[in-house]
Amino acid sequence: MRRMMLNGSLVLTALVTIALCSLSWGQATKAEEDQRLGMESHIGKLTGHATSAQGNYRRYCVGCHGELGDGEGENAQWLEPKPRNFTLGIFKCRSTTTGTLPLDSDLFDTIGRGLDSSNMPSWNPLSAQERADLVAYVKHFSARFVTEKPGTPIEIPKKPELTAERLKAGQEVFQRVECWKCHGPTGMGNGPSAATLTDDQNRPIAPYNFHDGKRFKCGTTDEDLYRIFMTGLDGTPMPSWSDNIKPDEAWDLVFYLRSLQPMKSKEKELARQIGLKPGAAAAAAPAAQQ
Amino acid sequence: MLPLRQRRQRSNDNLDVKNRMYPEEREKQMKARYQAAGMISVLLLLAIGLLWPARSVSAAAEGKITGTVKLDGAAPHMKGIDMSKDPFCVKQHENSPAHLENVVVGAGGGLQNVVLYISQGLSAAEASQAPAKEPVFDQKNCMYTPHVLAMDVNQKFKVMTSDQTTHNIHPLPNPLAGNIPWNKSQPPGAPPIESSWKAEEVAIPVKCNIHPWMHGYFVVVKGPYATTDEKGAYTIENVPPGNYTVTAWQEEYGTQTAKVTVAAGKPGTADFTFKAK
Repeated sequence: MRRMMLNGSLVLTALVTIALCSLSWGQATKAEEDQRLGMESHIGKLTGHATSAQGNYRRYCVGCHGELGDGEGENAQWLEPKPRNFTLGIFKCRSTTTGTLPLDSDLFDTIGRGLDSSNMPSWNPLSAQERADLVAYVKHFSARFVTEKPGTPIEIPKKPELTAERLKAGQEVFQRVECWKCHGPTGMGNGPSAATLTDDQNRPIAPYNFHDGKRFKCGTTDEDLYRIFMTGLDGTPMPSWSDNIKPDEAWDLVFYLRSLQPMKSKEKELARQIGLKPGAAAAAAPAAQQ
Repeated sequence: MLPLRQRRQRSNDNLDVKNRMYPEEREKQMKARYQAAGMISVLLLLAIGLLWPARSVSAAAEGKITGTVKLDGAAPHMKGIDMSKDPFCVKQHENSPAHLENVVVGAGGGLQNVVLYISQGLSAAEASQAPAKEPVFDQKNCMYTPHVLAMDVNQKFKVMTSDQTTHNIHPLPNPLAGNIPWNKSQPPGAPPIESSWKAEEVAIPVKCNIHPWMHGYFVVVKGPYATTDEKGAYTIENVPPGNYTVTAWQEEYGTQTAKVTVAAGKPGTADFTFKAK
């Protein structure tokens, strides 16, 4: 009888230990992250402190990005696209090369801008200091920000003058490197590979449609557009093109892509004047390959 | 010896004036430290003494491990690939339809694309030597050649394209394990991409988002490795004499291990058989 009780209590202890271990996994992660709470961010003259952002993170961010920063907040199940998992240290909007950490200012810009076509709003109502603190807090979730340095930002040369030649050259770049495989022959986001694209978590993802005029996720200026395709959007199918598009050609491509968008622009006006049709040359593209 | 926690605290914090002690206690503590230092240096000397001859032996008589990997049972059906999205890819396979390459079985049941590596038994020095040879991962006819590319930690490798169509090369390692994913484009005629991986990882999936059927693996291991040929045969070169555990990895069937002894001038052998699902 006694022995049976002993056995029973042993089994019970084992079960409790296992249950507690699985419960404490989240706590262990939390404890590990707390060790990085000394994280700082430096944006211009601002210095952000992770510890100062704890309140704001709990109030504004935790619902989607989760307490552990893993993108598993209680609202995440209802959202599409899914909130970012900060623990991986992988970010779409970077000025640095693919596979490297973003600059503090990249994260700062993303928080201020928000991400269009997602549930991430602009957090500009918060003060710059609060946003800088949040950058430090976002960083503290990933050990990568302790062990690695941010990548080198790509250089963006001064924007050249828009000319008809540059606009046409931009269209040629679009054909040569085959942007249309995903973004479509006329930039409508309906290329042959568009339907099967998935992100790094194997979730379906759509390429940008230049004709619907939505803001780009990573900024609205010409420099932002330049940066987006040169660095690529890590975590998505969009690769980095900086190895294969020269800086001068990249500006040509920026001009051409602007001419596809529905908004009024110098590029669109010029394209109309010279009769540059996005579809015309594109239709010949598959034939030109042979 | 003082309790562990106390010792740690003090050795980390020599300047701590709050830890006042009586002189005899201090003397005792110093003695303990000298003892520890003495023991560590003896151990270090021993380790160096043991490693030194091992290193010279490994340079003098390199052994190898050979064997074959087979599949037991009928080879699973490999689906054909519909490449109709890209006319270039279709054209390359006009006369030889493309199939998935998850399980490639040759004559006699030999299993291709199995990576063999030494998972136990190598000294730290032997495991950290990365070969100078650069393995090449080619994008050819809208497929990866080879389908599985093995390499050493920190060994440089090349990704090239032979195709007249744009690919993007997108390895997806686990960033929390030390290797960071990246995603680069390779339009026709683009120069090769040179890269390497910092940490051991079996295995890193590689994909092309533009051609969703294209998938392969980088297998990053420490120390010598080999990949099976179309007959399922392999040879791991440059293995110093010793006792080892060899692991065989196949993308569908997982891993198997075997104990192998390599003697000077006598190669070790290890054959593996994976059961068809």
